[in-house]
Amino acid sequence: MGILEVKDVGKRFGGLQALGDVNLSVAENSVHAIIGPNGAGKSTLLNCLVGKLIPDSGSVMFDGQSVLGRNPYQINQMGISRVFQTPEIFGDLTVMENMMIPIFAKRDGAFRMHAIENMMAERDIVEAAERSLEDMNMADKRHQHAASMSRGDKRRLEIAMCLAQEPRLLLLDEPTAGMARADTNNTIDLLKQIKDERNITIAIIEHDMHVVFSLAERITVLAQGTPLVEDTPDNIKGHPKVREAYLGEAA
Amino acid sequence: MLGLKKSDSRLLLLVAGITLLAPFILNPFPEGSELAQFNAGYPDLMQRFVIFGIFAIGFNILFGLTGYLSFGHAAFLGVGSYAAIWMMKLLTMNIIPAIILSVIVAGLFSLLVGWISLRRSGIYFSILTLAFAQMSYSLAYSVLTPITGGETGLQPKGSDPRILDAALVNGTTPKANLFGLQMGSSFDLTLGSWVFTFNTGFYIAAVIMLISFYLAIRIFRSPFGMMLRAVKSNQNRMNYTGLNSKPYTLAAFVISGMYAGLAGGLMVAMDTQAGPERMFWTASGEVVLMTILGGAGTLIGPVLGAGVIKYMENILSKINSDILHGWFAFLPDGLENLIVNVLYPFIGKGWHLTLGILFMLVVIYLPGGLVEGAQRINRLFKSKSQNDSKAKPEPAE
Repeated sequence: MGILEVKDVGKRFGGLQALGDVNLSVAENSVHAIIGPNGAGKSTLLNCLVGKLIPDSGSVMFDGQSVLGRNPYQINQMGISRVFQTPEIFGDLTVMENMMIPIFAKRDGAFRMHAIENMMAERDIVEAAERSLEDMNMADKRHQHAASMSRGDKRRLEIAMCLAQEPRLLLLDEPTAGMARADTNNTIDLLKQIKDERNITIAIIEHDMHVVFSLAERITVLAQGTPLVEDTPDNIKGHPKVREAYLGEAA
Repeated sequence: MLGLKKSDSRLLLLVAGITLLAPFILNPFPEGSELAQFNAGYPDLMQRFVIFGIFAIGFNILFGLTGYLSFGHAAFLGVGSYAAIWMMKLLTMNIIPAIILSVIVAGLFSLLVGWISLRRSGIYFSILTLAFAQMSYSLAYSVLTPITGGETGLQPKGSDPRILDAALVNGTTPKANLFGLQMGSSFDLTLGSWVFTFNTGFYIAAVIMLISFYLAIRIFRSPFGMMLRAVKSNQNRMNYTGLNSKPYTLAAFVISGMYAGLAGGLMVAMDTQAGPERMFWTASGEVVLMTILGGAGTLIGPVLGAGVIKYMENILSKINSDILHGWFAFLPDGLENLIVNVLYPFIGKGWHLTLGILFMLVVIYLPGGLVEGAQRINRLFKSKSQNDSKAKPEPAE
């Protein structure tokens, strides 16, 4: 039994069957990649996991509990954090504030009316945020506005924000899309480090095969809304069905 | 000081100093001089400065922090006014119960309006709040006449029950007071040809404004305040960080509604009457102008904006063509008439034109409002003094 169990999930948009009977099991403390050509339904599947979309059929269980019908913030409070394709951070806030918000959310839950206390007087939160920034080598940027950082730094910050919540499952949606090679390699190193140092399950959606094969322990190939194969990276590389899905009949 | 960091305490002290010395600061010109008409240090106007200051401070907690633009905040001010006046009719002319009830009633009303309006964001939210305010205005004008007095509004009368107060002497009108201290009472200080007026009502309103300002600073610096800025910055990230943005925005909406109610209650305390025109949509628009003109999202901006707009409304609008002719009388007749004719549309009843131009200039060139203007000037001076010190040759070791 994996930490995330997707059973017979289907999703239809009008006449388009975006997902049809997807079954997926992500084992605890593993790195599981979901790959597939454009339009394979990767993002739809991800949105079904985090509460942005509700599937038409099937079930999604996280750690024995159904996530269906819950809001994104409730699913996050269950222990699933999501990194977006384009970094979603609080651009108008400082890096330090960006870092403090997820820690507040972890400690105080979805809403708490702490309107009179001084934010910087919350020593434990400030210290935890500082530690996270140091881990990411971003301590020198703490007073900078998050929007003014480079794309690579925004990505690091977003990952740091997700990790600060100590999630049990980290979902990454094409974390290196649109990045320069150097930034991509930095991100891969960062994710490898996270995988080695923490008890965390990572599910990653990715286009870039270089990223997938350097990180993943298991790979699911999605094509036209259904899983084609699920196997180890080595077996996936030479799999004829995968080649066909990616490169067409000619291959 | 009071749990504030240094720069915030300095700001609070500065505002406190300016407010408490306002009778001096606003009356810089001697009585009877040409410029005396620019004096703003009379009780009625000073009271309006601080009351609209409170209104704008509260509005800024919603608009400045969360970015939700409410176009119906005058409704909460109006509801607060009605609540206060009913307290004065039924209970006592003491302003304390009136003000407390105005805050509570405005808070409850904003909870209802916010709960419904916050289902949408952006322009739809603005339209919903505007609809609510216009609805309240129309109802106060028509069907709710038994409660609101309709077109004539409400005033405390000699015949009201006022169960806590002693019976009035025949022929006297009830006056708002704080444990016997009358709001209208003033003390004139004459220094040479200057006259400074110290009004009880103004000082009570000023102290309440300073408390409101202090609370606003605390909210701005609190984790709650940071969450409100997070709502403005990226609601998507907020939801995916396990935070429910709904109750945060609703709480901000209710707090700002309570500030509006407080302002409404204080208006009644200073001038014991209330009418539906207080809830008209232009009144809601005015507080938006104040906040943006001063600087939305800054602490001092809304107070500054409220001051500038109320000053223009009351001082600029009083200048008429005779006064202009008086100023330019030293010029030859033709030139005098020309200048007066050019300036005339901008003064008197035309003061809105001046306000409009000022507003346009601020929005286009200083999106951060007058506060941004002040910061730029400040930076200009700082960099100049830095350049000066750099220009000096370093002493040899």
